[in-house]
Parts: sequence; C-alpha cells; structure tokens
Amino acid sequence: MSLNVPQTLEAEIDELITHYPEKRSASVMLLHAIQEHFGYVSKEAIEWIASKLELKPINVYELVTFYPMFRQEPAGKYVVKVCRTLSCALGGSGKLHGHICSKLGLDSRKHGLQTASDGKFSVEFVECLASCGTAPVMMINDDFYEGVSHERADEIMGKCQ
Amino acid sequence: MATETTKAESKPVETVTVKVDGVTVEVPKTTPDWQGNPVPTTILQACKQVGKEIPHYCYHPKLPVSGNCRMCLVEIGMPAMGRDRKPILNEDGTPKIQKGVLPYDPSLPRGAIACATPVAPNMEIHTHSDNTKMMREAVLESLLINHPLDCPICDQAGECKLQEYSMEHGQAKSQFAETKVAKPKQVDLGPRIMLDAERCVLCTRCIRFSRDIVNDDALGIVERGSYNSIATFPGSRFENNYTLNTVDICPVGALTSKDFRFQMRVWFMKEAKSICTSCSTGCNIVVGSRENKVYRYEPRDNDAVNACWMCDEGRLNYKWVNREDRLTDCIIRERDGNQRKVEWPTLIKELSERLAKAEPGSVAIIASARASNEELYLIKLLADHFQAITDCIPRQGESDNFLVQADKNPNSNGARVLGVAFSEMGIQIARIDEGIESGKIKTLLSFGENITRVGIDDAMIGKLDLLVVSDILGSHAADKADFVLPGAAHLEKRGSFVNGKGRVQKFQKAIEAPGNARADWEWLRELVIKITGKQPADNLPGLFNEMSASVSAFNGVQWKDLGDLGVDINI
Repeated sequence: MSLNVPQTLEAEIDELITHYPEKRSASVMLLHAIQEHFGYVSKEAIEWIASKLELKPINVYELVTFYPMFRQEPAGKYVVKVCRTLSCALGGSGKLHGHICSKLGLDSRKHGLQTASDGKFSVEFVECLASCGTAPVMMINDDFYEGVSHERADEIMGKCQ
Repeated sequence: MATETTKAESKPVETVTVKVDGVTVEVPKTTPDWQGNPVPTTILQACKQVGKEIPHYCYHPKLPVSGNCRMCLVEIGMPAMGRDRKPILNEDGTPKIQKGVLPYDPSLPRGAIACATPVAPNMEIHTHSDNTKMMREAVLESLLINHPLDCPICDQAGECKLQEYSMEHGQAKSQFAETKVAKPKQVDLGPRIMLDAERCVLCTRCIRFSRDIVNDDALGIVERGSYNSIATFPGSRFENNYTLNTVDICPVGALTSKDFRFQMRVWFMKEAKSICTSCSTGCNIVVGSRENKVYRYEPRDNDAVNACWMCDEGRLNYKWVNREDRLTDCIIRERDGNQRKVEWPTLIKELSERLAKAEPGSVAIIASARASNEELYLIKLLADHFQAITDCIPRQGESDNFLVQADKNPNSNGARVLGVAFSEMGIQIARIDEGIESGKIKTLLSFGENITRVGIDDAMIGKLDLLVVSDILGSHAADKADFVLPGAAHLEKRGSFVNGKGRVQKFQKAIEAPGNARADWEWLRELVIKITGKQPADNLPGLFNEMSASVSAFNGVQWKDLGDLGVDINI
C-alpha cells in the first residue's frame, strides 16, 4: 500500500526540504506536515518520507517513536490535550484529566493518547502548553482554553460536534 | 625485521609526551582510526599502546567512535596555563597540572571519555586512580540498573564485558529498590539474530556495524529514555549476509545467534585456529568444539584478509562435518559388487599393487581445490609418476563487494601453483571425459570431488579398469569405486591454503575424524612412497617446507613463517 500524497502537499514538502542544508534535517518538519494532513503517521507515510529524504525507513521510525507528539494510529475527531506540567499540576490538571477520561470511559492512568470508543474524542496528558499563569489549560485541536474547570470542560466539549 | 627498522628510521614518527599513571611515555601523535586513516591518538589508544587497557563497551577499533557508553571515563589533568598562555611551572620547573573538576562542585572529578578525547602534550592520565574507579563504578551501576542479571541462562556468559567489568568494578549489593523496566525479549530481528532488549546497554555497535561496514542501515534505536531499544523498521528484517558479526561485537548478551544460543557454554569449548573454506577469501576463524562436535565458527582478527569479520553463510557452513553420510570405512570393491571393509595398510598395499600396473599416460586425476597444499603436492607427485592428466573442479557462485568471492574453492590458487589445475580451472575435464570415452584413460583417481558432477556417469565408469575415490561425504561415484578412501574434513586435520589474493594461510586441527577417516596427506604420503619410491616428510610442517623448496611460487616460505596470519606469495 502506498501513500497518496496530494500535489499541493508534496509541493509544500519539497519546499520545506529546501530550508535545510541536509535533507535529513527536514525529517521532523515532514512528519508534522504529514500528520497534519493525514491525522497520523502511518507506516506507509514513514516509508514515503524516508524515500523523499533519501533515508532508510528506520531513520524516520526512530523519530516517530521518540516524540510523543507523533502518533502512528488515527486519533479522534477532537484531540484534547491537557497540560500536566508543574503550574497546571498545581492548578488541578490531574483532576481535570481524570474528569475528562472518566466522562469518555477511558483509563486516566494509561500513558499516551487514548481514543474513546465512539471515535469522537481522543485525550492526551501532555507537557507544558505555555500558559502557566492561567492553569489549568487544555487544547482541543488547535484551540486553546485557559483556566478550565470541570464544568467548563463539559461545556466546551459539549459544543464539539 | 631489518626493513621495518629502516622504515622507522627514515620516517620518524611524531610523538606526544603524556603521563600514564605517573609514568612518562611517548605515544604517536596519530593512530589509525576504524578505516585506517591517521587521526589524533585518543587517550584509549595511547593507553593501549603502553599496555593499559581501559574498560569500554561502545568503542570498537573497527567502528566509528560513538562515545555513548561512558565506561571509558578516566580522570585527567592538563598543564595549567597562565594569563600569558604559557604553562604555569611548579617550584621544580615541571608544569603545574590542573585536574578536571566539575564546575559546580570542584571536589568531584570531571572525567574525559578515553575513546573520543585526543591526547595533548603533558596530559596526565589516571587509569586507576580513586576518582577514575569511582566514575567507572557509577557508570557500571547505571548500566546494570535495568539489566536482568540472568547470567545463568545467558549465552554471552563467560565472554561478557558486563560480567568482566562487574568482577573488577562492580558492587556485590544492588542499591536499586525500584522495579526494573521490562523491555522486549526474544525479539526476532532477522533469520539468524535474536535480541533481548533488557540485556542491551545501547552501545550501538550493531547499528554502526550494519550501517558503516555492510552499508545496510537496518537497525536503529526506537522509543526513548528507559524504554530505548534496538529495532528494525516494522516488517523489515535484519538479514544481510553479515548479521552474525553483530553477535560477536555485542559486548553483552543482547544479540544472540539463533544457531548457537543455548547450545553450549562457552567455557567448555576447545578453540582451534582455522580458515573458513566457503570461498577463496579464506577468512581467519576460531573453531569452537566440545567432545568432537563443532558448535561455532567465529572470525579471527587478520587485517590482511578479513579484519575481524566474516559472512554468515561461511560461518554457518560447518554442519556437514557431522553428516550421517560421511565416509568412514576403507572399502575394496570387486566388479561383481562384492566389497570388503579393510584397514588402511591392506588398502594402501592392494591399491598400490593395482596402480603399479597402470600404463603411463593412461591415468587421470581429478583433485579438489578444497584440498590442502600439502595434499595437492603429494597428488602432483603421483601425477608426475603416471604422467597423468590432472585438473580440479571449479565452483563458481555469487560475490559481493565485501568479503565473499565468486570462487567457492578455498584453495584454487594452491592447486594452480602446484600444477594440479590451470589458470582456467576445469579446462582439462573435457579431455579427461574424452580419454575415458575413447578408452585411452583406464584409471581414474578422484580426490575429494564427486565426479558425477562433471558428467562422468555409470557408462563411463564401466569403461575404466580402475576407479579410486577418496572423499569426505558419500556419493554415487564412491558407491561405484573399486577403492574408497575415507578422507578428513579440514577441521579434522592440519594444512595450508593459498587464498584468492595469494596469501598462504595455515589451519589447525579442531576435532578428530570419524571412524577410519584419516587426514588425506597421511595416506597420500604412504601411496607416494609405495608407488614412486620417494620419501616425503612424515610430518605436516616438514611436508610444507619440502613443497615450498620445490615449488618456486612459495619462495622458500617455511611453515613456521606462516604464523597465525599467513604470508603473501606471488601467484
């Protein structure tokens, strides 16, 4: 099975590669571009990137397994990222994460990204989202939410259709 | 030796003066790196050159330096520099040495990794100071945190660097009260390799070997932190023809050979220096055996031939030695099919009587380019006596651009220089076939080859007055032969080969031949004495020296000159 990369994306990727003196240096940027488009980085995507950068698939696979932000399985329509770093932890992000997980029927003790059975929401407990003054914070896809109480979380998620 | 001295005098080696454990020594300014290019001598190389071994896992002389295991940390001191950029001197005029310390806690040493730090003038290296020991112990403890300590069932036990360094630098008690990280075990990396990720110290020797030596970037480190492990890309296999070298260079028991794992404890094995016979490269090997059974081949260092590597195909090509169809009896067979099992003296006596009747020019000899030089030399003496037509059977296969040669005979050049075969091996076979068909050739001696492979069928055998077959394994020709002489595999005897590049290399005996099988040079010598009246030497070194004296290509090289690494001759 090969990867069907649209022409516009391939053009964007070809341009990205020119930013670096060595093709290999563009690996992470290509992974971001691919994940943004396809929602995850499949095995075929890794092979496609490797051949694009004149590498072996293992070289790209190392990066995918190293960075938690790259996922090898499709996620839900909405990806909820709850911050777990110090300020948010003090601000109750552990309880917030637990609340969202139990609401979606997920186990909050599990590592990594989890997707609810309906496929609508995925939840991930992540490192610093860079808004320590307004803890606890979370992101849903590209939208940022500050000072999130349990009620507010329910309300925000309720609006996600 | 004399030429070496002249060389050294004509080209003085630039040196650096350093102090190793308080002793001032001069070491060369540069030392060859993994590819043989001169690079600044590192602390590790300098210490090795003055006989001080520094413990290490990731460093390997034939691989690029990686510097990740930290085991080679040593305490060093450098001459202190004043503001005028001149060395500060002690009262006695010697340079004042400043030891490396941690910037945030000057009471603790700041070590340097010996494998990647070049020596500098007046550097002081402490390979056994308390601080060095402290650093080493800490690194070792850290490497052992998640190690399963399953030495009793580990194949590496007995030749494991973790065990060796634990003996020297380890602690008897573990301070680790937490749970060890569980990592993948029995990972099937490829057809010949099994990985236990818990035993791995992540030195990356296997990754560097495969990427930089074999040009197969198949392995990598996946996951992160404590979960790091060696892996292939999902769905791909680590299956190039050199994978088993990673088992040799793995300093711990992480990579094991599927062929050898759980077969034999390494300390029970007897080791013999030998040569791989799977192609004309002649990789130097060590044969591990116990109670007359071979368990493994391992490459033996020889920079002129195979460095410290060998191919998987050659390494695993030893099992035929124990095959059921080995010839183990001396057999004399009548044309009506009756056969007698006899002892060697009877066989040699009756065979030489039969051969004595052969007319000059009516004899053909098909020898093997897998036979040793000494055997081919004796065969040549027989051939000259009978004015026999001789040849060997070529064996062609695939070659690669690393160690594997297309010529699959280990001693083609030996057969050529001894005059048993010619530049184009096998060119005489057609003439032998014609001679048999026309009735000109009445006696065929086949030494170590299956003649049915070159078209000599039952009808042709029927035309012969006498067929003599000596071989290691049974064959159709051996079933038809008038005389069957059971030969010994190269593992069961001593001898020498000339490899594809013209290097004479000797091999030692690893195990005993089964049954009545005997080293071919012994009975060939008896035949030569009975038939020609000549008296070849009665021991293998003597035979080699005699051969060397009579065959100009060997240029008078003596057996003892061969050493473990062999000698180049002009072929």
